[in-house]
Amino acid sequence: MSGVRVIRGGMLTTIQDTGRWGYQSRGVPVAGPMDPVSHRLANALVGNERAAATLEVTLLGPELEFEDERVVAVTGAEFDITLDGRPAPRGTPFLVAAESHLRFGQRRRGSRSYLAIRGGVSVPPVLGSRATHVISAMGGMAGRPLRTGDRITLGVADATRPTVAPPADPLVELPSRPARLRVLAGPQADAFTSDALDTLQSAPYTVGQQSDRMGFRLEGPRLTHARGADIISDATPLGVLQVPASGQPILLMADRQTTGGYPKIATVISADMAVAGQLGPGDTIAFSVCTPLEAMAALIAQERALMVFEMGRQ
Amino acid sequence: MNAFQIVSAGDAALVVEFEARIDPLVNARAIQLAEALQAARMPGVLDVVPTFRSVAIYFDPLRTNGDALLARVEAEAAKPSSDRDTGRPAVRVPVCYGGELGPDLAAVAAFSHLSEAEVITAHTARTYRAFMVGFVPGFAYLGTVEERIAMPRRDTPRVRVPIGSVGIAGVQTGIYPMETPGGWQIVGRTPLKPFDPDRAEPFLITAGDAVQFYAIDHDRFLDMEREGGPVEGGSRASI
Repeated sequence: MSGVRVIRGGMLTTIQDTGRWGYQSRGVPVAGPMDPVSHRLANALVGNERAAATLEVTLLGPELEFEDERVVAVTGAEFDITLDGRPAPRGTPFLVAAESHLRFGQRRRGSRSYLAIRGGVSVPPVLGSRATHVISAMGGMAGRPLRTGDRITLGVADATRPTVAPPADPLVELPSRPARLRVLAGPQADAFTSDALDTLQSAPYTVGQQSDRMGFRLEGPRLTHARGADIISDATPLGVLQVPASGQPILLMADRQTTGGYPKIATVISADMAVAGQLGPGDTIAFSVCTPLEAMAALIAQERALMVFEMGRQ
Repeated sequence: MNAFQIVSAGDAALVVEFEARIDPLVNARAIQLAEALQAARMPGVLDVVPTFRSVAIYFDPLRTNGDALLARVEAEAAKPSSDRDTGRPAVRVPVCYGGELGPDLAAVAAFSHLSEAEVITAHTARTYRAFMVGFVPGFAYLGTVEERIAMPRRDTPRVRVPIGSVGIAGVQTGIYPMETPGGWQIVGRTPLKPFDPDRAEPFLITAGDAVQFYAIDHDRFLDMEREGGPVEGGSRASI
């Protein structure tokens, strides 16, 4: 089976699919792409299934050598990409010839890019998923980021699935400054003082240096607990803002642990998780509380745009 | 016993919360509800996660009728709790206590004013309940440990705790499924792997299980480790 050789791994390049769902009751984290919309877009552009594994490229990208000719697409964060030294496009499928080198250069905007390769990355699934979870050394390339000398096996392209023309409008807005993230109150908003949700919306929070795929440590207005910062450990959903004793919230992301013991004031809506996934240290976030109806409307609008695009295959 | 509330955790999760205490009966109710919801295989439901006193239901909002899901969860949660246990046999876990495999056994003995042998007797005497599996894959929070040996966590966590290490942290005890940093008082080590993705049943312990430790000597530990598991009275046959 043909593959891709890793010339340079980059800072944190991991194999990701839509995540390892169904095992959180066993303590197995979900993982999956930080920006699920860009992941899905990249797969559609090259004619892959939605759940096919892509490479998630973080901040400092890799250099890869292709063994055979493949259609690829890069979405998400803006990097200067070159193919054998010549500029390659972003957000549109293009052909990579056998033995050519694809290189991620200077990053312009956003934090994470997705490289989909027609046929998908085909490492052996662990508990039904190829997603890499580095902390538990599970999935992807031996549970770790790619590094020099690795060889990634590719799948066979489904000839009946065509590639897709790029969407007219960007489907993921790279974060503005500050990034706007809508939240729903809860699950434990009542564990905080009555003004805490106002405080959360009063000024932007900065994504701290100690931020990774597990979560973003945020720095901003202090949130005050009503009765202590410990709860009996319970489940920790994607996008939840948990608040330890410091009063500085932590936004839980793709690699979060399955359970946690801090109260959770609010949860970022599903439609805004793609924007959240493009944030990195130093970026700022303006939170606003919305209603369940607004959250659903935003998600339906996002899904409609994605489906229109997926159906507009060439 | 059956008081509960259902709260939303964002637009893709519901959480059923039972009474806010760590109690075997409350926990049994949460686990029974989770198993009922898992068995129901409702469309759009991605994961059902029981914890000490709650159950999280993760779903895809685009493939789920929210009202119908809420009604179903509410109906299941309102069912009277049953007295039956899980029906699964106790998981028996061999442990080589003390020495280099259990570097904190002496500290726990000093804490509890007992001999090391008495600490081992106290730790193996009880049948523990797996209240929750979380933190890392396959890590079961087992309780409750006899008060005398319920030593708090170490002031300084170890950078690396080996796989299979058996620790005590207050009234909780547990087995490290992978090498991670950790602050629990390590009293011994089991040759069993709590989590092995290549095994037919990857997880040694399921939430709600009864778990019993029994002492083995160092030679036996090495034999079992070489054989990849216990040869008698072990748990692999029972899971």
